[in-house]
Amino acid sequence: MAERRVITTDYLARVEGEGAMTVRLENGRVEHVELRIFEPPRFFEALLRGRSYAEAPDITARICGICPVAYQTSAVNALESLWGIDVPEPIRLLRRLLYCGEWIESHALHVYMLHAPDFLGYDGAIELARDAPEAVERGLALKKTGNLVMSLVGGREIHPINVRVGGFYRAPGRRELRALVEPLERAREAALETVRWTAGFDFPERSVECELVALSQPGEYAIERGRIRSDAGLDISAGEYDEHFEEEHVERSTALHSRLRERGTYLCGPLARFSLNHDLLSPLARSAAAEAGLEAPCRDPFRSIVVRSVELVYACDEALRLIDAYEEPELPAVAIEPAAGTGFGVSEAPRGLLYHRYRVDGEGTILDAKIVPPTSQNQRAIEDDLLDVVARYVHLGDDELRGLCEQTIRNYDPCISCATHFLKLEVERR
Amino acid sequence: MTHVVIGVGNAYRRDDGVGLAVAARLGARVPAGVEVVGCELEPSRLLDAWQGADAALVVDAARSGAEPGTLHRFDAGAGPVPASVFRSSSTHAFGVGEAVELARALGTLPGRLVLYGIEGGEFVAGEGLTAAVEAAVEPAARAVLEELEQLRREQEEPCTSER
Repeated sequence: MAERRVITTDYLARVEGEGAMTVRLENGRVEHVELRIFEPPRFFEALLRGRSYAEAPDITARICGICPVAYQTSAVNALESLWGIDVPEPIRLLRRLLYCGEWIESHALHVYMLHAPDFLGYDGAIELARDAPEAVERGLALKKTGNLVMSLVGGREIHPINVRVGGFYRAPGRRELRALVEPLERAREAALETVRWTAGFDFPERSVECELVALSQPGEYAIERGRIRSDAGLDISAGEYDEHFEEEHVERSTALHSRLRERGTYLCGPLARFSLNHDLLSPLARSAAAEAGLEAPCRDPFRSIVVRSVELVYACDEALRLIDAYEEPELPAVAIEPAAGTGFGVSEAPRGLLYHRYRVDGEGTILDAKIVPPTSQNQRAIEDDLLDVVARYVHLGDDELRGLCEQTIRNYDPCISCATHFLKLEVERR
Repeated sequence: MTHVVIGVGNAYRRDDGVGLAVAARLGARVPAGVEVVGCELEPSRLLDAWQGADAALVVDAARSGAEPGTLHRFDAGAGPVPASVFRSSSTHAFGVGEAVELARALGTLPGRLVLYGIEGGEFVAGEGLTAAVEAAVEPAARAVLEELEQLRREQEEPCTSER
């Protein structure tokens, strides 16, 4: 008699966004795996049409409450590259500092509030907080330091309003930034403790085989700029993205699935960044990674929590370096003279590569926009990984298997923006 | 004695933005010394927003199945936040309810924390509140102002204040 199991999670908990998962098994074999994502970037692409280029950073920042700086940065990169603007170094470094704040905030949220409970057997951060309040407090303190950087440089904590094409509306003074030094030094210690903590979790041995894609920039761990590279030899500018990547619409999801033309599934995000650029981490972050037993390439999605922790160390360390080196720019922004054309921009959002493309007219009015967030880029990789996890752990009971599937998805920190926290599971056996 | 009013929501998810709309409506109408802030999206930031406050009033969209525009009020000091009301569509991995319960677990709840939920009708991507919810903004703002006034009176007569 055929046995059919269907494992469904209608609302994924502890992911940034709204998504659902279905796994269907027939006679103990995986028949079908899908991750359904309800994602709104196309609403924003439509919203941008007819708006001034100057509104692009602020509008796109609203796509995600966790990574507004990523959206702003990819937007300004796209428009500045179109008009041949290379912002002065102090402005670029200030952007990088702002971005470090976002990495700290986002990674602290994911590591402590969303991901760690999986490894420690808790339903969520609240249950974890009852047993290990010191750990949760450490996570919240780290997160708060990220907020602090974002509010000081970005103008306010969420959806920074200080970013514009060409630079900033206002550049902070040296002394203002000094106020961040002490909190960041404490955060760096907390981040090192985070690496030790997460490195001690139990990890099932897993490895994903797809191509790893991340920005790379000579001399620095790429965050706010870089060329798109992969471990299979890809090395292109943002302007060549559409020649090498394509999106396909999948019926079940409002997100578009990305693939590398001719090569298929790829993965971006912390594992790809660490694998490609680990030698450009600061010495402190490198030694924390080594102590944690991380080796590059790291293809184990479960260990992404350790990689995020190492990136937390790096983001604190780098923010301190940037503050130390900061010279107030003469002007907070360079002047913009719009011209018709198409601009392309990328940056490393906490979850991976974020691509923006804008076509504008001579006045700088946006004619059309394209935004490819990291989660759509990773969706195929997540589904492939799910398929493999289910095949390997098919002997587990439904609850355990569902838990493992959810954890598999959370390993990628999918940012689906806007969500819910109900979990509904249906199991169908036949 | 510091009091803070926090509007929570996402203005690009239709009625989900009602908490922000109430905060904006309150603006300068709150008594001197009361801070009004907007918290867009990620609600674990609430823990920072009410840190150090003696009393916090949080305004958010609700999704309980009631008529759109219905005003819910819940004193978080009274017990666990009802997830059936404050399920906050906007609020991602971590909702207002979770933020409150996390603070409770850590012992960092403000002395007084009151949640106002305004029942939303539509939570799809888009701008602007639906009519029923728009009409509820002013009454909600007034309810918050009355509660602030009540808090002020309790402050003047501390013996009668309740937790």
